[in-house]
Amino acid sequence: MGGRRATFTFWPQGGVREGAAAAQPMLHGYLPSLLDGAWVTLRVAVFSLLLALALGLLGASSRLSPHALLRLPATVYTTVVRGIPDLVMMLLIFYGGQVAINAMTDALGLGYVDINPFVAGVVTLGFIFGAYFTETFRGAFMAVPAGQLEAGRAYGMSRWQIFYRILFPQMLRHALPGLGNNWQVMQKSTALVSIIGLSDITWLADQAGRTTHEPFLFYMVVCLFYLAMTALSGLLFGWLERRYSVGVRRAAA
Amino acid sequence: MTQLSVEDLHKRYGDHEVLKGVSLAAESGDVISIIGSSGSGKSTFLRCINFLEQPDAGRISVAGEEICLVPGKDGHLRVADARQLQRLRTRLAMVFQHFNLWAHMTVLENVVEAPIHVLGVSRKEAHERAMAYLDKVGISRFKDSYPAHLSGGQQQRVAIARALAMEPAVLLFDEPTSALDPELVGEVLKVMRGLAEEGRTMVVVTHEMGFAREVSNKVMFLHQGLAEESGAPADVFGQPRSERLRQFLSGNLK
Repeated sequence: MGGRRATFTFWPQGGVREGAAAAQPMLHGYLPSLLDGAWVTLRVAVFSLLLALALGLLGASSRLSPHALLRLPATVYTTVVRGIPDLVMMLLIFYGGQVAINAMTDALGLGYVDINPFVAGVVTLGFIFGAYFTETFRGAFMAVPAGQLEAGRAYGMSRWQIFYRILFPQMLRHALPGLGNNWQVMQKSTALVSIIGLSDITWLADQAGRTTHEPFLFYMVVCLFYLAMTALSGLLFGWLERRYSVGVRRAAA
Repeated sequence: MTQLSVEDLHKRYGDHEVLKGVSLAAESGDVISIIGSSGSGKSTFLRCINFLEQPDAGRISVAGEEICLVPGKDGHLRVADARQLQRLRTRLAMVFQHFNLWAHMTVLENVVEAPIHVLGVSRKEAHERAMAYLDKVGISRFKDSYPAHLSGGQQQRVAIARALAMEPAVLLFDEPTSALDPELVGEVLKVMRGLAEEGRTMVVVTHEMGFAREVSNKVMFLHQGLAEESGAPADVFGQPRSERLRQFLSGNLK
């Protein structure tokens, strides 16, 4: 994995201004490149979240299916994925996936196809957290009283209307605390993409820290970035939870 | 005019036959009470009428339109046309034992939901209709409350308004007062009595013998999946023919 990283050219983009009067540039001139890294991290997080939500809904639907043939793959998925360390899974998909793709393109007589580290990172994180979301959504779907769905049927609603108008909005209320928790863990797991050659904020800060001999400074910046991101998400989820818990009796203050 | 006709309805769970051929016909304005001990199949019968349970055999017509049924793979009857079932269900509004109001919607939203999204009534008309029915059941001042903030009796009255807003051919009541605290039963029965006096067609599964006797014009006594006796309340309550009905009544009339 070191070889891949060595091919990546990395220079501070701010540069040192000429003239003695010039103040020390912010973070030795690494600020713009750290911002680029933050943007990469943010994109990895958001795209992985979207993929994980889709996989989670799909997984929960099949786990709740009356057909054993649909239940089985979802059960295998959540059991296997939740039992493997995220780091190992990341390496497995990126390097193992590359080997598999090479074997496949060779067999088909096609040219060399390179796995894009961004796609690999998003797919891995989405795949891992899709398994956790599957369990979250499954519990949330089961928490909606069956009688309310029955009332939907008795009043002539279609299956889609029952899902969209009754089941989904109430399921969300039960799912949000679990989703918020998993999303918090997931944001932090994005730092793992730095090991597959993606220049996210962690990787860039690591490089800057080594070059300037100030690792503490740059790791602190990364810490603050993650702290800000998770704190903002916490506020967002708090707001969503309030919005979706209308109609629920609250304990008297 | 016959609003609801059920002929020879059969239903079994595994080896246990719950309904062994039960029939019922409700003319306009009929209020039919179905009584019987628990396990007699009376709730199952009501739930088969709008296909919340799948009957194994029988014929069901609503306002002259028969539901097309075909045998399914599992031996139960299956509805041939889902759209027809959806349409006929809107003609049979159900009031449940546990109210089953939609918890994430306000009282008003509960009542306008199906008229707008199933019947396609305009938002304005649905709201006017809803307010009129909420007024009728005496709950319009709680229109912006959520179900969890209401008492059981209030929730059941909202559920009745929700049923009325469909302007159905027949109202189906599945033990509407059984889940209520004793002091809340009266307010719900009073609303139901009012509906009966307006001439609405109702089929009521109930343990309230007073209601069955005074409000309904037909009573059916179910026992072990068969209509053991049926007729006018004066006859069923006044001159029970079978030993089973006599026993049931002596245990239930206070």
